[in-house]
Amino acid sequence: MARKQKAPDVTIDTFADHQVISQPNPLRKMVRYAEDHEIDDPVARAEQALAELSGEFTDWMQAECERLSTAYATIKRDGLNGENSMELFRAAHDIKGGGATFGYPTAAAAAESLCRIIEHAPDLSKVEELIMHHVNAIQAIVREQSRIDSVGMADQLSKRLRGVADEYLIHANRDRPEHLEAVLAPSIVPEG
Amino acid sequence: MYIIDFNKLRFLVCDDNAHMRRILRTLLHSFGAREVYEAEDGATALEMYSHYVPDIVITDWAMPIFDGLELAQMIRQPEGLGNPYAPIIMLTGHSEKRRVMVARDAGVTEFLAKPISAKGLYQRILNVVANPRPFIKTKNYFGPDRRRNNGSSYIGVERRVGGKAEIMQQPSLLEKTRSGS
Repeated sequence: MARKQKAPDVTIDTFADHQVISQPNPLRKMVRYAEDHEIDDPVARAEQALAELSGEFTDWMQAECERLSTAYATIKRDGLNGENSMELFRAAHDIKGGGATFGYPTAAAAAESLCRIIEHAPDLSKVEELIMHHVNAIQAIVREQSRIDSVGMADQLSKRLRGVADEYLIHANRDRPEHLEAVLAPSIVPEG
Repeated sequence: MYIIDFNKLRFLVCDDNAHMRRILRTLLHSFGAREVYEAEDGATALEMYSHYVPDIVITDWAMPIFDGLELAQMIRQPEGLGNPYAPIIMLTGHSEKRRVMVARDAGVTEFLAKPISAKGLYQRILNVVANPRPFIKTKNYFGPDRRRNNGSSYIGVERRVGGKAEIMQQPSLLEKTRSGS
């Protein structure tokens, strides 16, 4: 339903080189007092809903993997270019972002390594083999996820790929300080 | 205790990935939200932003053509026709410090790195609803106050002059993202 735009009721304090703009909290009315017995933990409720949705995660992850395979097949067919390497990046980036939620943290880690290669390698044509190993590893991890003995192997594979990719990126970016800093910077994602 | 009435909040979710949109919709509805509008690219999101006037925008960063960063920049137009003050929560697979800074400088209110969690999303929403920050307008920035400490010892770039603004003590966007809280 469309909503009518109201002009915000703002107060502007002007200083020499900036203005501070304050307005009464427009969302204040969304906060209310509740008695303890009324409170139903919204986070627990959401986690439960996510658990109920998890039956679909395997299919979703396979769809994400197929997208990655299609992007890679296009590169194999046409050769690397800006457009198809970007599509490969987006497919890997979505696996990086969603993989852990879908129950595939090691695939997400391998996808993160692939994203770093695409983003920071000075010349992608020189790392085609490394890209291929990452794509194959992500597919294998997702395919073999259900095998109990594959979990440790997937973790080792993902860490090994990341190690090789990092070693290359640090060396290749030794004269590109902006990229080198980004490659060496720790992730901001909280551990665990 | 104080709680949020999610059923009165209107959300706009922008993500090109249908699976992630489904997860976000599930989480928001579980929190109690009834009105969740969805866009799969920045351009559609901007249109929906003007039409539905959401209370809170949750956007991905990496999207084809018109990304989440550009969406934030388009919303934060003080002379534009729409509401430039709506809280923007950026939910993204990008996980580098540099990205948090770029998002902050585009006027993003909160940053949430994937993988998404119910707790992380709830806390970002709680923060923008209960603790909004004043907006700052300078010659090259318009958006929520980027400084969450009011110490006068800051001597870096873009130091404000001409008086002291009232700002709230809060952990920085980067600290919050790192701690996951």
